[in-house]
Amino acid sequence: MPLRATTRVTLGLVLLALVCLLLGDFEISAHDPWRSLGQLFLGLIQPDFTSVDSLGEALLRTVAFAFVGVGVGALAGMALALCFHRWWVRTFCAFIRAIHELFWALIFLQSFGLHPVTGVLAIAIPYAGIFAKVYAEILDETDPLPGQVLPRGAGRLSALVYARVSQAWPHLVSYTAYRLECGLRSSAVLGFVGMPTIGYHLMAAFAQGHYPTVGALLLMFYLLIGTLRWWVRPKILPLYLAAAPFLLGTGLPIMWSNVTRFFTEDIVPAPLRRGEGLEALWEWFGQLFVQQALPGIWNTLLLTQIALVATGALALALFPLISRHFTRRAGGMAGHVVLVVMRSTPEYMLAFILLQLWGPSMLPAVVALALHNGGIIAHLVGRRSNEITLRQDAPQGMNRYAFEMVPRLYGPFLALLFYRWEIILRETAILGILGIATLGFFVDSAIQEMRFDRAMVLILITALINIGVDVLARRLRGYLRLRHGVDRQQC
Amino acid sequence: MTRFTLTDAEAHYGATRVLGPLSLSVDEGEHVALIGKSGAGKSTLLSLMFDHWREQPVALMPQALGLVDTLSVFHNVYMGRLDRHRWWRNLATLARPWRRDIDEITALLEDVGIAEKRWTPCGELSGGQRQRVAAARVLYQQGDLLLADEPVSALDGPQASAVMAKLTGRYPRTVLAMHDLELALSFCTRIVGLKDGAIVLDAPSETLTAAALQDLY
Repeated sequence: MPLRATTRVTLGLVLLALVCLLLGDFEISAHDPWRSLGQLFLGLIQPDFTSVDSLGEALLRTVAFAFVGVGVGALAGMALALCFHRWWVRTFCAFIRAIHELFWALIFLQSFGLHPVTGVLAIAIPYAGIFAKVYAEILDETDPLPGQVLPRGAGRLSALVYARVSQAWPHLVSYTAYRLECGLRSSAVLGFVGMPTIGYHLMAAFAQGHYPTVGALLLMFYLLIGTLRWWVRPKILPLYLAAAPFLLGTGLPIMWSNVTRFFTEDIVPAPLRRGEGLEALWEWFGQLFVQQALPGIWNTLLLTQIALVATGALALALFPLISRHFTRRAGGMAGHVVLVVMRSTPEYMLAFILLQLWGPSMLPAVVALALHNGGIIAHLVGRRSNEITLRQDAPQGMNRYAFEMVPRLYGPFLALLFYRWEIILRETAILGILGIATLGFFVDSAIQEMRFDRAMVLILITALINIGVDVLARRLRGYLRLRHGVDRQQC
Repeated sequence: MTRFTLTDAEAHYGATRVLGPLSLSVDEGEHVALIGKSGAGKSTLLSLMFDHWREQPVALMPQALGLVDTLSVFHNVYMGRLDRHRWWRNLATLARPWRRDIDEITALLEDVGIAEKRWTPCGELSGGQRQRVAAARVLYQQGDLLLADEPVSALDGPQASAVMAKLTGRYPRTVLAMHDLELALSFCTRIVGLKDGAIVLDAPSETLTAAALQDLY
């Protein structure tokens, strides 16, 4: 029996992941990992809502940063989307969205310090790049005829708003609402680098071993995201947007001398700053590349490969949870809750928690990436499976899974997995900040050592790899002729 | 002097010529009906005219209508005059229309019998209702020439006549692609017959009968 192209690619990816598994470090180094895991669960069951005097403030700040960041990003993204036909705008957008929010935050922390503008820009900049791409696609899909029959001489802005934006409006709104949910996650995670959002309080509670507080924070976070569609209403959205900028807190004042120094001196490669010429610069770069970038790239790719395959396996195993071909109503509801919790927890937050429980190795990172991304793909594949109608005498159980469902869903599943490849890579790089030796680790170390020039070069390398994997995934999708409409689930 | 003239105009689809070369001019007071089998080149001729004469005030009502489904009937009609107002006034109209515009557009919508739907999104209308909205849009737009492709194809007898009367009454010149020969003869002053991309008939309508035109089909 000849192997089909999808099978060959799948086997290749799995084999590669197994090889990576041999090369990686997956030890649990904590001396009693199951006890802390138990404590965490106990904390979730018996959360302590009184212990965080600032619980309300943490939630408020998380929401405020998300609203302002996503709002600014959406406005800038719309402006960029209107000139997206220019190649340099497309390249610029690909570049700014290839850099993770946390990297942007690290950059701005060094210049603006712990000022709210750091958090806002960290969300707004990469989101603007993503909004620009998706908005441009949505606008392109509109019917051009209403624009053609407009009277000649109608102003460009009027024509745009009446003939295109109005048609695309429902899609623009639903996509922006989806990104707002992503923005809440990004905002929460920014707390891990010092912004006053949930992540910050989570880190503090963990440091003190206050598991009931950790439980309370996590539950509040799930509640916040789970109830999003009830408290974010189109009618009151303007009110939120108007109020949010005033609820960011004051942070620390911006030292403008720092800002200037950062952008004109700190990030200039050291040999150039000292005027040692191009040869020294080349040597400096070579050293940085061999000693930090290469090991970082190696570990990042290794971890990404394992996480990709683990994500896929988990998604394939879990999608029946919400598929009507496998569950009844009550079971389906429970399945939905499981998947919602999985995909609502940011990878970074999960990895942080698991790292506290199991000690530093690649294991927490892989599990965190697989749980979050597997939850998302399982949700989408499950939803897709509900569109399939089976014949009345279709087999049950495992036979139904293996013969009726998976063969039909495998194409869309692979397409979704490849769409998430770039996202998994982005996250893998960033998890380095937690101490796993991916690119983020070297970026973070360089920043700790105040070597911002190195940090910038490493961030640029990370962005280039992201763009590279995106291109590779697109090629693979083309090669396997995979097409799937939901490539807009991007966080 | 007539400004609406085509001289040896041609239309191509890829390398094949699908229309012309043909010459035609439309004088003031002329209402031209384009007739012919489907595929004879009526729509192609209309879009050719629209391209050639777009420097002048020409309104177009294509067969697919070009309505924005997410906007209300009022706003779709208002789009006919987007060029007469400043951008900020157009944007403000999206949120809250001016009383004057509402009155004027409502009157037009009453003429085509759809005023009660003025705040309904166009996506929720039936085919005939949509056609009336598009007709109201070009009536509101005004200009020196109207080009319309089957403007009343989805309307029943009396309504079709009423809309035809409005369209030909409100524009000094019209070119209408028609499949209903009776309507064409009663509202248009001149009949142009097309066959395989060429003009095979061009005569004042009072000299023609519906039966004589059957030869074209």
